[in-house]
Amino acid sequence: MQFWVNQAFNGISYAALLFLLGGGLTLIFGVMKIVNIAHGSFYLLGGYVGVAVFTRTGSFYLALGAAAVTVALVGMLIERVFLRVVEGDDLRQMLLTMGIALFVQDLCLLVWGGDPFNLRGPAYFERSVRLGAFSFPILRLFMIGAAAVFFVVLWWFQERTRSGAMVRAAVDNPEMTEALGINVPVLRMAVFGLGAFLAGVGGVVGSAFMGIYPGLDFEILPYAFVVVVVGGMGSLGGALLAAIVLGLADNFGKALFPEISYFTLFGSMGVVLALRPSGLFGRA
Amino acid sequence: MRPRLSAVLAVAVGLALLAVLPPMLPAYVVILLTEGMIAAIAAGSLDLLIGYAGLASLGHAAFFAVGAYATGILATRHAASFGTTLVVSVLLAAAVSAVVALLALRASGLYFMMITLSVSMCAWGLAYRWVSLTGGDTGIVGIARPKLGLPTLARGGLDFYYTVLAFFVVCLLLLLLLVWSPFGKTLVGIRDSESRMRVLGFNVWLHKHLALTIAGAFAGLAGCLYAYYNGHVGPDAVDLGHAMLFVLMVILGGPGTLVGPLLGAFIITFLEKMVSVFTDRWVMILAAAYVVTALWAPRGLLGLVGVVRR
Repeated sequence: MQFWVNQAFNGISYAALLFLLGGGLTLIFGVMKIVNIAHGSFYLLGGYVGVAVFTRTGSFYLALGAAAVTVALVGMLIERVFLRVVEGDDLRQMLLTMGIALFVQDLCLLVWGGDPFNLRGPAYFERSVRLGAFSFPILRLFMIGAAAVFFVVLWWFQERTRSGAMVRAAVDNPEMTEALGINVPVLRMAVFGLGAFLAGVGGVVGSAFMGIYPGLDFEILPYAFVVVVVGGMGSLGGALLAAIVLGLADNFGKALFPEISYFTLFGSMGVVLALRPSGLFGRA
Repeated sequence: MRPRLSAVLAVAVGLALLAVLPPMLPAYVVILLTEGMIAAIAAGSLDLLIGYAGLASLGHAAFFAVGAYATGILATRHAASFGTTLVVSVLLAAAVSAVVALLALRASGLYFMMITLSVSMCAWGLAYRWVSLTGGDTGIVGIARPKLGLPTLARGGLDFYYTVLAFFVVCLLLLLLLVWSPFGKTLVGIRDSESRMRVLGFNVWLHKHLALTIAGAFAGLAGCLYAYYNGHVGPDAVDLGHAMLFVLMVILGGPGTLVGPLLGAFIITFLEKMVSVFTDRWVMILAAAYVVTALWAPRGLLGLVGVVRR
C-alpha cells in the first residue's frame, strides 16, 4: 500500500512537470503547426535563469516570475525574427528550431558551465505534510498545485475569453480567421510566447525538483513530444491527461521493465500518430 | 532535369581526386575523407527521400544505427566476417525500414515527420536502455577493421579507405541510376503532385514504400561501414542531433540534386573536425549552420550557385 501510494504520488507530481512542458508545446503546435525542437531549450533556459535570480535575491517566486518572463520574451523574439521567415515550410522550421536549440544549449554551457545546479527553493519546500501513515513533500504538492492552477487559467482563457476564441479559431482555420480581421501573426507570436512562458515555469519548478544540467534539454524534449502527440496537438485537456498517464507509466515502467521503457514510450507515440494523427483527444 | 555537363565533369574530377590523392595526403585528412564518404552514403540516400520523393524523414539515423549495431554486435560477439556483417546490416536495415514505412506512410507532411522522429527516438531508447544487447551508454567497443589483404596499401588506413571509396562509388552510381530511372521520375512526380500521379494510375503508396526501404538499406550500409571506421558504436549514433545532422547535410548541399547532399556531408564532417581544432564552440557553429541553411539556403549550396534549377 505504502509503495503504491508513494509511487502514484511521485508519478502525479512528475506529471505536473510534464504538463507545464507539454502544455506549452501543445499550444504552439496547435496554432503554428510546427515541431518546436527548441522547446526543451526554453525549459533549460528557464531553469538556469531561475537559479541565477534565486541565488542573487533568495526569493523563489521572484525567480519563477523572472525566468518565465525572460523565456517568454526570448520565445517571442525568436518567433518574430526567425520563425516568421520560414512560415509554412515544415522542414525549414524544424532545422531552424534545431539550430536555436543547439545555440541555447551551447550558450548555457558557456555561461553556467557543465556542473549541475539545484534550486533549493524556500525552506518549507523540504518539509512534508503527514496524512495518517503517508507523508507528502511540500515541493511536490507545490508542483501539482502550480500545474493545476495553470491548467485552470489556460482552460478558462481558451474556452471562456474572446482572445481564447481567436486562438481556437486560428487552430481550426487560420486563413478564415485572418479573413475575419483577426491579426493571426500577432496571435502566433503571443501563443509562442505563452508556450515558452510555460516551459520557463517548468524549468524553474523542474530545477527545484530534479536539478538542471547540460543535455537536459534534449533529454526532456521527447517527453514533451509524447505528451503533445498522445494528448492531441492543441488540446490542453488531452495534454493534462497524457501527462498524468505518462507520469505514472514512467514511474512504474522504469521500475518494472527498464530495458524497453523508452521504446514503449516512443513506440506508443508512433502508433498513435499512425492510427489517429490528431491524437487521442485532439479535434480532427 | 538533365544533368549539366559541368556537373558531370565536377563529379568525375572529384571522384578521380578521391582515388588518386590519398597516398599523398596526411593520414588525418584520409581519415576525414573516409568519414565524409560514409556520411555521404547516408546523406545521398536520404536525398532520395527528401529531395526526390518529398518524404521528409527524420528516421534515417535509426536505420543507420541498425546497420552500425548489427555490425558491431556480430563482429565483436560472433566474430562475423565483413561480408556477413555487410549483408546482415543492409538486409536488416531494409527490413526495419519496410516495417516502419507501413506505419509512417499512413500520414503525410508534418505528421510523417513526427512519426519518423519517434522512430529515431525509439531506436535511441533501445540503444540506451537495452543494455544486454546494445551495451547501453557505453555501446559496443573494440570493433576491429576487416583485413582485406591489400598489402601495398597498408599504410595509414589506406586499405580501409579504398574499401569505403569502392562502396561510395558503387552507391553513388546506384543512386544515380535510381534517380534517372522511371522509378526516380515517378518519385519526383509524386513529390510535385501526388493526386495527379494517382490519377495517372501509379501506385503512389508502393513507390513511397519502396523508396523508404531502399533508402533504409543504404543507411544500413553506411552504418556498417561507420561501425568499422569508428571502432565503437554508441547511442550518440542515433540521438536527436545525429538524426537532424543527416537532414542538415541534405538541405545544406541542395535537396533533389544527389550530388549536393554528398557535398553537404563532406562539408559538415570537415567543418566539425577543423573547427574543433580552433575552438570549443563547435556546437555554436553547427547551430549557425542550421539557422543560415533554414533561413537563406532552402535549395542548398548548389541552389545558391545556380548549378541546378528546379
